Amino acid sequence: MSLLSESHMKPLTRNIGLKRRYRAEKRFRAYGLIAICTGIFFLGALLWSIFSHGYSAFWQTSITLPVRLDAAVIDPQNRRDKNPQVLITANYPILIRNALSEKLSIAPDDHVGLRQVNRMFSSGVRVQLRKMVFDNPQLIGTTQTVTVLAAADIDSAVKGQINLAVPETKRKVSDRQVEWIHELAADGSLYKAFNTGLFTFAASSRPETSGLGAALIGSIYMILIVLALSLPIGVAAAIYLEEYARKNRFTDLIEININNLAAVPSIVFGLLGLAIFINFFGLPRSASLVGGLVLALMTLPTIIITTRSALRAVPSSIRSAALGLGASKIQMLFQHVLPLAAPGILTGTIISLARALGETAPLLLIGMVAFVANYPRTPMDPATALPVQIYMWASEAERAFVERTSGAIIVLLMFLAVMNIAAVLLRRRFEQP
Amino acid sequence: MSRMTCPVGVYLLGAVFIIPGAVFARDHIQIGGSSTVLPYAKIVAETFGEIYPEYKIPVIESGGTGSGIREFCRGVGDNTIDIANASRPMKQSELQLCFDSGVKNVEEIRIGYDGIVFATSIGSPDWNLTPQDIYRALAIKVIIDGKVQPNWVRKWNEVNPSLPAWDIAAYIPGEKHGTREVFEEKLMLNGCKASGAFDALKVSGMGDKAASAACIAIRKDGKAIDIDGDYSETLARLAANRTGIGIFGFAFYENNTDLLKIAAVNNVVPTEETIVNGKYMISRPLFFYVKKAHFGIIPGLEEYIDFFLSDQMIGPDGPLVEYGLVATSEAEREAQRAAFKEGKTMTLP
Repeated sequence: MSLLSESHMKPLTRNIGLKRRYRAEKRFRAYGLIAICTGIFFLGALLWSIFSHGYSAFWQTSITLPVRLDAAVIDPQNRRDKNPQVLITANYPILIRNALSEKLSIAPDDHVGLRQVNRMFSSGVRVQLRKMVFDNPQLIGTTQTVTVLAAADIDSAVKGQINLAVPETKRKVSDRQVEWIHELAADGSLYKAFNTGLFTFAASSRPETSGLGAALIGSIYMILIVLALSLPIGVAAAIYLEEYARKNRFTDLIEININNLAAVPSIVFGLLGLAIFINFFGLPRSASLVGGLVLALMTLPTIIITTRSALRAVPSSIRSAALGLGASKIQMLFQHVLPLAAPGILTGTIISLARALGETAPLLLIGMVAFVANYPRTPMDPATALPVQIYMWASEAERAFVERTSGAIIVLLMFLAVMNIAAVLLRRRFEQP
Repeated sequence: MSRMTCPVGVYLLGAVFIIPGAVFARDHIQIGGSSTVLPYAKIVAETFGEIYPEYKIPVIESGGTGSGIREFCRGVGDNTIDIANASRPMKQSELQLCFDSGVKNVEEIRIGYDGIVFATSIGSPDWNLTPQDIYRALAIKVIIDGKVQPNWVRKWNEVNPSLPAWDIAAYIPGEKHGTREVFEEKLMLNGCKASGAFDALKVSGMGDKAASAACIAIRKDGKAIDIDGDYSETLARLAANRTGIGIFGFAFYENNTDLLKIAAVNNVVPTEETIVNGKYMISRPLFFYVKKAHFGIIPGLEEYIDFFLSDQMIGPDGPLVEYGLVATSEAEREAQRAAFKEGKTMTLP
């Protein structure tokens, strides 16, 4: 009786800790969510700080005004037919100064005022006007509408980056210049335009005429060299190791070394590049060829490792079937294994290329962390790279370089995003049967 | 198959390396060295390229005085640099290195001075520091009541009542900076001697060398912060901590006068005038070194130096002074130009 009543009171359930296990799962999901949120928060903070500082770099203050290309200034003795050198050494900035001071109605004997007018526009006008006049000497004596870049300090003031609340002597822009800015902006001759110079100019000591041109070309050269060298060598090495090499102590040693090399700090490759390519082979310093070679060495281990794992992921039944139907080993490899492994190989390659695009440390020792103001024509010419330009700008003293640093980071991020999206797209395409 | 691919690959690699070495001669000036001199060299290089369109604009690497001189002294030839910028004079050992690798004709050229200044955020009260204040605030061991003891000072006004009651937070250049050496020598060591700690340390049984080393040791409790980046990092730190004090180059200050307030040292406010006449005590000369063996081989090398030394560049109205260089006196500039014309090279003693 007592037995019966007991079984009656306790229903037939086993305590399998269901509640506890549900709780554990909920907790685990919450941890995951927190981890992702933290990641997103920091990414958001990073992007916000870069974009809020950098978006203004894509706009640049310019001044458009009619400029009289006065023969009395450019070529006072009228010797340009005999001696074209005159057109090179002429004092072009004074033409702009005259035009601007006329517009602002500043007396020719107001020397303080004229000096301040001189600081309103970029001294890069020398090259700009010289090119204009040199290409077309008929322009001398005529009045042309010319658009010149505002000086960096004026640009910063227009963008509100200079603290105008401090006393006049404490800042680089005078009260009079601020007045002129308002005056010129009111009639539309001073305005902000898209900063194409950021992409076309090479490095410069003047913020307003400095851009990423030489760095972009250098980076593209290097990426092409890395692709041309490390993809074939890396894939060939991986195929050999995975499909042909016997497993013995020697191949184990190679494998360990490759894995080690993939983790070596990148500056070590720079040291190697200096010792081998520059000191031993006598290649020029600062050349994107050397940079490309160094970065190729750096990416090689990663490409070998990803290619090997992509090859390993191809089921061995495919190999057996191909061989069983009478394919030779090379037919089996190129017609069956490689196509299946291609998405993995491509992803690995593009990701290591993206890493190579963002490296500065190995470039330091081979002289690519440098001021390069001429465009590199060939990979043998001196060049810099995008991340190097960011690093160089970050250490500049002028205010206008602060926004340019962040602007250059945005450009680099765009490049990386394009490469990574390409990796995803290519992978999808290849994975379709 | 594998037997065939291997040799083909070797040939391809060989072709990549061997062809260029022989064919390419350098047609631009290659410069390396100090990042303090870099902005000035950049201005000169760019203007040089604009005025002499027949020459390419020199390439200027940035890596620091030490590594620049090492690269400079690696030898003579196309793939070595022509000029090393330096924010301190070349050391005897470095010149020896140069001579050992065949770089025998080295010419030293002094371009001007760089002041080293203390600055706080704009809007803060006036500061007037002495080396003794700096030593007593930042050294790891100081002399208090005649005894050498660990530095426990927390606020600036505990060091000197005329200073503000700010928590000590000094952003000083890290040890790899050339500025650090000047800071240690001209401020810490002098302050140590002035406060009597140097003698006290010697009384306690230290030699001259050990006492100097103890004098320049910086406190490690987070009140003196090493900045291993550049001045823009120091500026960012000051923006975050309004009661911090930072060390800057005079040129950097000149470009950021709307954000920084400069401090006097020994009652002297650093200006171009006080730096060049030596009244302001913390400054250093800037140099570059040139390999004379490259004259006539690298196009434009001599013209570049002539142009650099001309008054339109390093003169008092030139763009370098505009950027923040402290120009040398008229006579000194003239002497430097004459020395270059004469072609005096450095010799080992």
